[in-house]
Amino acid sequence: MRISRRILAGLATASLAVTATSCGGGGTSGSFDDTVTVGILHSLSGTMAISESTLVDTEKMAIEEINAAGGVKVGGKSYKIEYIVEDGASDWPTFAEKSKKLIDQDGVPVVFGGWTSASRKAMLPVYESKDAFLYYPIQYEAQECSNNIFYTGATPNQQSEPATDFMYKRSPAAGGDFFLVGSDYVFPRTSNTITKAQVKQLGGKVVGEDYLPLGNTEVAPIISKIKKALPEGGIIINTLNGDQNVAFFKQIQDAGITPSSGYYVMNYSIAEEEISTIGPEFLEGHYGAWNYMMSIDTPASKKFAASFKKRWGADRVVADPQESAYNMVYLWKQAVEDAGTFDDNAVREALVGQKFDAPQGPVEVMPNHHLSQTVRIGEINAEGGFTILEETGVVLPQAWNQKHPSSKGFACDWTDPSKGEKYKL
Amino acid sequence: MELLLDSLFNGVAIGSVLLVAALGLAIVFGLMGVINLAHGELMMLGAYTTYVTQLIFKLPILKPFYNSYIIVSIFLAFIVSGVVGILLEKTIIRKLYGSPLETLLATWGVSLILQQFVRSVPLAYGTGLVISLIIGLFLPTTFPSKIKESINFKYFKFSTWIFAALTGIVTGSFISSSVSKLSRASARNVDVTAPSWMRGQVEIIGTAFPKTRLMIIVITLISVIAITLFLNQSAWGMRIRAVTQNRQMSDCLGISTEKVDIITFGIGSGLAGVAGVAVSLLGSVGPNVGGNYIVGCFMVVVLGGVGNLLGTVLASFGIGIMTDLIGAGRLLSIWPDMPLPLSNTINFFATTSMARVMIFALIVIFLQFKPTGLFPQKGRMVEN
Repeated sequence: MRISRRILAGLATASLAVTATSCGGGGTSGSFDDTVTVGILHSLSGTMAISESTLVDTEKMAIEEINAAGGVKVGGKSYKIEYIVEDGASDWPTFAEKSKKLIDQDGVPVVFGGWTSASRKAMLPVYESKDAFLYYPIQYEAQECSNNIFYTGATPNQQSEPATDFMYKRSPAAGGDFFLVGSDYVFPRTSNTITKAQVKQLGGKVVGEDYLPLGNTEVAPIISKIKKALPEGGIIINTLNGDQNVAFFKQIQDAGITPSSGYYVMNYSIAEEEISTIGPEFLEGHYGAWNYMMSIDTPASKKFAASFKKRWGADRVVADPQESAYNMVYLWKQAVEDAGTFDDNAVREALVGQKFDAPQGPVEVMPNHHLSQTVRIGEINAEGGFTILEETGVVLPQAWNQKHPSSKGFACDWTDPSKGEKYKL
Repeated sequence: MELLLDSLFNGVAIGSVLLVAALGLAIVFGLMGVINLAHGELMMLGAYTTYVTQLIFKLPILKPFYNSYIIVSIFLAFIVSGVVGILLEKTIIRKLYGSPLETLLATWGVSLILQQFVRSVPLAYGTGLVISLIIGLFLPTTFPSKIKESINFKYFKFSTWIFAALTGIVTGSFISSSVSKLSRASARNVDVTAPSWMRGQVEIIGTAFPKTRLMIIVITLISVIAITLFLNQSAWGMRIRAVTQNRQMSDCLGISTEKVDIITFGIGSGLAGVAGVAVSLLGSVGPNVGGNYIVGCFMVVVLGGVGNLLGTVLASFGIGIMTDLIGAGRLLSIWPDMPLPLSNTINFFATTSMARVMIFALIVIFLQFKPTGLFPQKGRMVEN
């Protein structure tokens, strides 16, 4: 009887330990006074899992780094960060549901999550109604500014606008006509509206535009349109989604639309991760624009790439979305420490003006809940990385784009109660 | 002239992708009446077979033959998808003949299982599993009839399955240890790179055509010709047609309908595998690749008239040419000064996504007038 009870107790402890580690948190170690649990909400299954799981890896790494350096220090106590990972399953309503669970049931002070704009749009009402806080790490189409979301990815003026400018003024196809290709959903359409307005301002011409329905890989009609619209070569702006890029680049190369025949493609959704999937042989000589590129030659950037490889495997790469995810965990930690509490409103106030020495260079949180960032234009090389050609200074984020006809002249400022989400400049 | 040639080629290129994808379905759905929603996933298996073949041909022993891997993978894909199809028929579909709704749900379930399978099982072991299936299913049929008729045949059969499982495990581990890319499960889409002789373009009468597209057209042509010859000239083809037309009568006349079902379903599935090879040349290979084509396949078969290969051929080329005409806005270049409202309408539909909407709308309208498709089935079967 006694023995069996002991075995049972042992089993119970063992299973507890297993549960604890499988939740990722681990037990509290002696050097911390307390723990704080945060939420991580990305797709771990479904079509988006490929991309979003890299963010989970990065966020875990950032949390482990912070814990190793003594955790979060609030009010003289040190807190160890633990996390609950939830699966959004590439299904937008699931993101909203899991957000509710994280906020109500688990009571997390912050959720790091999302990738697609659709998932963010689904989560937004949840965070606004519960006055909770979401950190969203992806470059996106902007035209949104919520008091309950903090955006660490680029807005169009921190990615597509400098890129269009580069293509029209300084690329080998400078002065050429533009053709816009994208997947058929909100990001490419908004981004292209902005690009069209910008090209017009620059004095260039957009000669065609086409959208591929998500999941469709038949690019033949688009190719014949490109050939008709740009017979002598020109600039192609590409906002296609993940896999569709493979079909697009395979087929345009076969059709002779290559840099050597005068066609240059500027990509907004192809980072190091995607280059290795598509294959550099299809992408060499085309361009990409990001805030962070793995080839940035600074100690901070090298350290970030090296620790990621060390933590997750030598064949792994880091890319812009991961860098944004990394930054946001650190910025949250700094804001909490400055606020001296985990309370949402205090953290939100402390967040604006936070500076962080990110792998891409210094970033700062602006009153519109976006980050000031550096923009880089790179040429894709045969090794599957970017050769950085240009680097802007720090570019301030525009939550409301100043080239998009519907938002021209508006801005967002959450530090001033009279201004808020959208006010006229 | 150049415009016409270009448009015709594009139409045929788009159409041949549809045709090669729909050909297997035309047999399974058209001849057998089985609504196989896992058809797209059989294509996906074919595409993955191409990927695995490509990697295996990069091994030092096979490296000199690397350029021919795509030809080899066509045959391998046919076998792999065919065997999985046969297994599917033997275990699930056979029990559900005559109940289309249940077949539909069951095959949909199978399609989800197959998708998840390639996501969560390392491809090396997947290959091993397929190899054991091939051996397990086909080795017993090669035994001399003396053994087959003996009472102990079930033990023989059992031992072949053990042998098959062992071979599968051994090949699986071998591939896993020699090709590192196949040793880990991954939901990530993978990429098939065409060998160098198939990349780039060829010039025919002053117009440049992409070689991969030509290759797909050739694959499609050969598949169509082979299947037509098989159905019309071979003894098994005749039996298949007989069973399609009147199952009971064929059964009475001594045709093994069970065997006919297996062969028909196997061939239909095998053709899906061949389609997978073609599709892998165009885009990336991933668990969802089949799902992107399945709607188009059913559309082609229904439009062409269920049970009619010629209809399937014409329907796919018809849809291909229409897609190109509408999607690339060609009508405008044929007739540049058409009245403004008309040209605005055409411009509105001249994007890939709107062209798709237009094509679906046209098909719906067409089926209102000819609900049985281009070439409706005639004869006694229809009345049943």
